[in-house]
Amino acid sequence: MSVESVLFYLFGTILVASALGVITARNPVHGVLLLVLAFFTAAVLWLLLQAEFLAIVLVLVYVGAVMVLFLFVVMMLDVNVARIREGYAKYLPLGIVIALVMAAQIVIVVGAQAFGLEFFPRPEALPADHSNTRALGLLLYTHYVYPFELAAVILLVAIVAAITLTLRHREGTRTQDVSRQVRVKRADRVRLVKMDSDKGEQP
Amino acid sequence: MTDTAFTIPAFMLALPEIWLLTAACAVLLADLFIPDARRALTLWLSVAVILVTAGLVVIGFPDASTTTFEGMFIHDPMSAVLKVGMLVIAAFALLCSRAYLADRGLLKGEYFTLALFSVLGMMVMISAGSFLTVYLGLELLSLSLYAMVALDRDSPIAAEAAMKYFVLGAIASGLLLYGMSLLYGVTGSLDLATVSAAVADGQIARAPLMLALAFVVVGLTFKLGAVPFHMWVPDVYHGAPTSVTLFIGSAPKIAAFALLMRMLVDGLESLHADWQQLLIILSVLSLAIGNIVAIAQTNIKRMLAYSTISHVGFLLLGVLAGTAAGYSASMFYALVYALMAAGGFAMVLLLSRQGFEGDRLDDFRGLNERSPWFAFVMLILMASMAGLPPTVGFFAKVEVLAAVVDVELVWLAVVAVAFSIVGAYYYLRVIKLMYFDQAEDTHALAVGPEFKVALSANGLAVLGLGLFPGLLLGLCAAVFL
Repeated sequence: MSVESVLFYLFGTILVASALGVITARNPVHGVLLLVLAFFTAAVLWLLLQAEFLAIVLVLVYVGAVMVLFLFVVMMLDVNVARIREGYAKYLPLGIVIALVMAAQIVIVVGAQAFGLEFFPRPEALPADHSNTRALGLLLYTHYVYPFELAAVILLVAIVAAITLTLRHREGTRTQDVSRQVRVKRADRVRLVKMDSDKGEQP
Repeated sequence: MTDTAFTIPAFMLALPEIWLLTAACAVLLADLFIPDARRALTLWLSVAVILVTAGLVVIGFPDASTTTFEGMFIHDPMSAVLKVGMLVIAAFALLCSRAYLADRGLLKGEYFTLALFSVLGMMVMISAGSFLTVYLGLELLSLSLYAMVALDRDSPIAAEAAMKYFVLGAIASGLLLYGMSLLYGVTGSLDLATVSAAVADGQIARAPLMLALAFVVVGLTFKLGAVPFHMWVPDVYHGAPTSVTLFIGSAPKIAAFALLMRMLVDGLESLHADWQQLLIILSVLSLAIGNIVAIAQTNIKRMLAYSTISHVGFLLLGVLAGTAAGYSASMFYALVYALMAAGGFAMVLLLSRQGFEGDRLDDFRGLNERSPWFAFVMLILMASMAGLPPTVGFFAKVEVLAAVVDVELVWLAVVAVAFSIVGAYYYLRVIKLMYFDQAEDTHALAVGPEFKVALSANGLAVLGLGLFPGLLLGLCAAVFL
């Protein structure tokens, strides 16, 4: 067994185990942390495929940004695990049957008889100075420019939708209006009161 | 891989899409400078943008099928006809929504921006030439629609509907993607033409192809709302604000038909014998459940939702015939159904007013006394949905049935006719309520002049196309020559 195979099976096992952990962990924070582990090992698998750009982006974007945000949300929301698990035992037998059927189908279908090396010859290893980033960039902005632009539009829709659904101007909330703060004049905030110093206000 | 020659794609073929994207962004920005009191201006701008897009599609009407962006964008007569139909109906849906949205405090610029982006998604789907663009167009459409359903944040049923739509939509996308990934695995290509050639070649093992086909068909029919993947349709149609229901219940059906054609016919036509079996089961179930359950509904939005399911059954009949006549019959059906559904949901908007949703069947009681003209329009729409001559719905059903009989599936045609007769009951019940019952509600109908013009035009189009069906039928037939 070559070094690559050993590494592949090692990290593949960790990936599957941590993915199983995500869906079985009782504590949601543990679930999120296991998902982080799964992303890290998936990144390693990509490195083994010589796709270093994708591996680094996976770590930077998913682990660095998305999962941290996830962790914040999980910690801030009071997730009642017991309520979510209601009916878990009731649907478990049906779920197991469906999962087994699906797994059997996939094992039968996605095997060497249809996806073996005789159908898809092993790709040649790329030279050490091959730049995955450069290759991706060249493809994205030439051959795949149309889907690339569409993906950008989808992100724009996500921004518009998120803002529309969450931005509320409720009466009584103390939001900061920066332009009003900047525009403010001395007269708006300070009031000079003339009082006789010797008399003062008598209680 | 990076050395393959790259030629600048023919951008002009995608001019309507490029214009729509640019104009949608411009409307998004322009809306910021429009004061709340004049928000209707955004509506007019959006309608104008859509109509200009339709004009651009008509100007660039193709004689033959060409592709650009390396085959990812198909420019053919079918896509042009479907796009024009979809754009006109989307413009109709926006035009009808002003009073309803304003009464509920939902008349916001984002509504129209999201609608414009979803229209762009539908155009991308209709012209998709690769799995990548199929999926991106579908997601662009779906994401915009989820947000539009959730727009009324104070309504718990709208939030529930949006949640259901989102979760089930995501599952459907996942199934579709899984099927696509298997197809990519066995053919090595995302391009529909290449996939089609590789599958027709017969070198590929059947097992993965069949699994992929099952996933693709389930994903597509989930989106269409065919039984047994229909459970979300009534809840979403009922829970969404009615103007949104009008939008999602009409134009996207045309795009979904295009999706079916692109994936099954352009991509997997050589597996026709296999997907025909699947579609037969789905269409018989849809015709049965849709028509029978619709009878039990008291809410017209739910009733029309179940009627949608039964019409999807009819739509599948034409496609599963697998002949040019079947495809053109289904295409005619999709266009006609979108027109009728838009009119049907617009009637619910007509009966709604501030603080009142006219979405119960009882609200149609005595409509003839309140407004004879709109009762007549509803009569045309219901007769057309039931498939009675001389409305266009009759010809839509006849064409589909003729195509099914031509491929020797007479029993299927008999089943379809039997369930249409069951279905006629609940359409005729609405007519009975309007003409023979006393009105309980005597409020004046509160809609703007543009709404009256649009709805009247819709009703007259259903009648006019029924009297002269050759216009649209000829167009649909010419597409598949």
